[in-house]
Amino acid sequence: MHWSHFQTLPVLWLVVTLAVFLVASWFNARMGKTPFLHPVLVSLSLIIVVLLATETDYETYMLGGQYIHLLLGPAVVALAIPLYDNLATVKRLLIPLVVGCVSGAIVASVSAIMLGMWFGLSDQLLLTLAPKSVTSPIAIAIAEKIGGFPSLAAGLVLITGAIGCVIAPVVYRLLRIEDESVKGFVLGVGAHAMGTASAFEYGMVAGAFGGLAMGMTGAFTAFFLPILIPIIGL
Amino acid sequence: MVQGFLILLFCQLLGECLVTWLAVSIPGSVVGMILLLVGLMIYKKVPDGLRSTSEGLLKILPLLLVPAGVGLMRYFGVLSAYWYQLLIILFVSTLVTMLVVAALLRLMSQEKHEEGH
Repeated sequence: MHWSHFQTLPVLWLVVTLAVFLVASWFNARMGKTPFLHPVLVSLSLIIVVLLATETDYETYMLGGQYIHLLLGPAVVALAIPLYDNLATVKRLLIPLVVGCVSGAIVASVSAIMLGMWFGLSDQLLLTLAPKSVTSPIAIAIAEKIGGFPSLAAGLVLITGAIGCVIAPVVYRLLRIEDESVKGFVLGVGAHAMGTASAFEYGMVAGAFGGLAMGMTGAFTAFFLPILIPIIGL
Repeated sequence: MVQGFLILLFCQLLGECLVTWLAVSIPGSVVGMILLLVGLMIYKKVPDGLRSTSEGLLKILPLLLVPAGVGLMRYFGVLSAYWYQLLIILFVSTLVTMLVVAALLRLMSQEKHEEGH
């Protein structure tokens, strides 16, 4: 069988993606779960290396990859379950949670867009930066909708997550934050799923608040960006 | 599991139809998530099949992001031209976001304590 034929087998890229992801997860666990070697970052880098080495383009890879990508839609819908599980907390702390997530979502996207404008980045790049604090599945969907680069948005989201996990302890120290639920919430708003994962290290309550913040911020940003973008003329 | 998957896909389908019908640029899956949340609030519990399917999907969520992430290979040009601007933007914006949220939450919890006294 010729490589040119083998290369177009969708199942080849499914096997490569799953195998690389398992190796990357194992490697990340060995390295103490550092956010800079997040399994997604390591996996996509390794797969890109494989594709470049075998002269395979992204479209060929996606012959298989699309079947994994397809599951992102129902996975976003499934985020409703952790939100529902924490409904009692949401109702009890409705005002602080809504204020925290709405202001966080606005500051995150507006500050990124304004800094980007100051650096003179293209409109499409600004639209890609806008959802950077939102969990990747929602950020990809937002970038697809508002006209950014979805894949680049996914990458920027991951880097934001890693940065957020590293600077969170500094923020707590600066503002003398002791409350575990506040710690988790700040991580969830600023650093989405990676922040939530690292919030669990402070405890279950912090983790739950992280997940809550991530879901609320993601949903709010998806509704808010389509309104904001025409206002700032993008 | 089939039932759980059907519920998730059906909510997504409803979401996609709604955003197309209303001609808004909100992702259909996010609208589907809100629809499911409202549905669960009315139904008042999570059906077993839906919970196991959802938890299974959320457990492998990082894997599901990989194919989209690999698409970064098409943006090497943009990345090599703007990498340091992008890094500065992400760093500053994330720091400011976290400071604002933490400060607001601290303020609100202090007010609450004072009311209690």
